[in-house]
Amino acid sequence: MSNNTNDIDNAVTVSNVYKNYGDVEALRDLSLDFPRGQLTSLLGPSGCGKTTLLKIIAGLLPADSGEITVNSQPVTGPGPDRAFVFQDFALLPWATVMRNVAFGLELRGVNQSEREAIAEKYIGDVGLKGFENSYPHELSGGMRQRVGLARALSVDAQVLLMDEPFSAVDEQTRRKFQEDLLNLVKNENKTFIFVTHSIEEAVYVSDQVAILLPRPSRVSEIIRPEGFRHKDATSIRRDSEYLDIVDRIWASLRTYVE
Amino acid sequence: MKIFGYQLPAMSSLILWGILWELVGQFELTFFLPPLSAIFSTLMEIGTTKVFLKALAETGYAFFVGTFFAIVIGIPVGILMGKSRLIDELLLPWVNMFLSAPLTALVPVLMVLFGFGMKSIIITTALFAIWIIVLNSRAGVMQINRSLIEMANSFGASPKDAFFKIYFWAALPEILGGVRIGFIRAVKGVIIGQLLISIVGFGALFELYSANFLMKHFWAVLIVLFSISFTIAEFLAHLERKVAYYAARR
Ligand SMILES: Nc1ncnc2c1ncn2[C@@H]1O[C@H](COP(=O)(O)OP(=O)(O)OP(=O)(O)O)[C@@H](O)[C@H]1O
Ligand SMILES: [Mg+2]
Repeated sequence: MSNNTNDIDNAVTVSNVYKNYGDVEALRDLSLDFPRGQLTSLLGPSGCGKTTLLKIIAGLLPADSGEITVNSQPVTGPGPDRAFVFQDFALLPWATVMRNVAFGLELRGVNQSEREAIAEKYIGDVGLKGFENSYPHELSGGMRQRVGLARALSVDAQVLLMDEPFSAVDEQTRRKFQEDLLNLVKNENKTFIFVTHSIEEAVYVSDQVAILLPRPSRVSEIIRPEGFRHKDATSIRRDSEYLDIVDRIWASLRTYVE
Repeated sequence: MKIFGYQLPAMSSLILWGILWELVGQFELTFFLPPLSAIFSTLMEIGTTKVFLKALAETGYAFFVGTFFAIVIGIPVGILMGKSRLIDELLLPWVNMFLSAPLTALVPVLMVLFGFGMKSIIITTALFAIWIIVLNSRAGVMQINRSLIEMANSFGASPKDAFFKIYFWAALPEILGGVRIGFIRAVKGVIIGQLLISIVGFGALFELYSANFLMKHFWAVLIVLFSISFTIAEFLAHLERKVAYYAARR
């Protein structure tokens, strides 16, 4: 897929980004690259600026200084090359699953029959066939996040930004989602940026885990769990390298947790 | 409402008060309250007269034009106030002031500004209705989930799309509540306007009937007015219930 012959092809780069909220210094001189077609997790203590970084990449927040590029183009605002999956799903409560999934395309001016055909496909892909005419309040938390995911997939952005997408769903659903996400990364050739609180989840789904330190935040360590990537979804959780990496990350983060 | 386990029909309290009224009227306790049945037969008599129909048309016209302007101005202004801190800080003191101001006292000023005709009556009606519509629309927007707005932005929504596809719908439960109360206040506004500005419409009928102690006629017109505003309020409450399912989860 890569049309770039450099050693590493980065879909997104973040260089020397600073961000303050008034007196609160959220990000200080943060730099991080996101290789194309891979999933990078942002892992770090609560309040360290993960959401802030994700929103800056999304173009929803301006950085105070520094540069963000997506496909080598500097980011100045939201764009069709990126799609966001929200922690609280951000569904229109007055609209059906169909309209919600097609809403990104609707805002981008795709006509109704075309966008509903696309939405139909992704509703099927995330396993919500038959719920096209349901409303969000009639769905479980897990199903709602599938709607949010289908909406992000249907605009066919190269970069998917996910802010703790599974934190509001129950544990079993969450495991299923993690397995689905692995398949998505394998099959969709998109770049995923994934915020999570869970060390296990980060190690399980990521090609690269970036560990952020508490505010003012910068990247302290980048870990690439590669040894077990080729294994099938169920045996990863028992892999010894997987367990080692989880322990190592916990050891470096535990000092920041009271 | 339930009494001793029986489900009472809707509006049964109205029926109860109606019966009480009839009794008080039959005993002729006060000239102020003629029997309800007599009022209704008076209503049947005058309901088809030219004078009454003309008054109904005049009042209805002022009422609907006034509330129309209150709605099409009030909702967007309220939404803009909810969206923008700057606009909010500029307008909120005025909105609050007019909401609690005795608007009746302003009517003479309106007469100086806009004359003694229909225009002033319509403006009075709109002024009675608009402030609560503004405030409710604003309140509706204020409680919108931030992530809905970020979602729209992240997909590149134009300001127009955001306004019509997010803000308006997300605030709709509060907007409908505001419009409902606005309508009720507009009924008051149109009658006060017709009494004070130029004696036309129902205002003129009230003036005529009460000056001549025609209480049956007076009550008949009042009941017509009550029925109209009751019907409108119930219709809007019905719409409100239709969107209530998402009012709690935005
Ligand atoms: N709009 C804002 N105004 C002021 N301060 C803010 C704002 N948003 C975030 N912050 C502060 O910036 C810091 C980083 O916030 P951010 O939401 O990015 O953290 P996070 O890593 O996503 O946290 P969590 O894991 O709890 O979601 C926090 O200390 C927070 O209090
Ligand atoms: Mg966060």
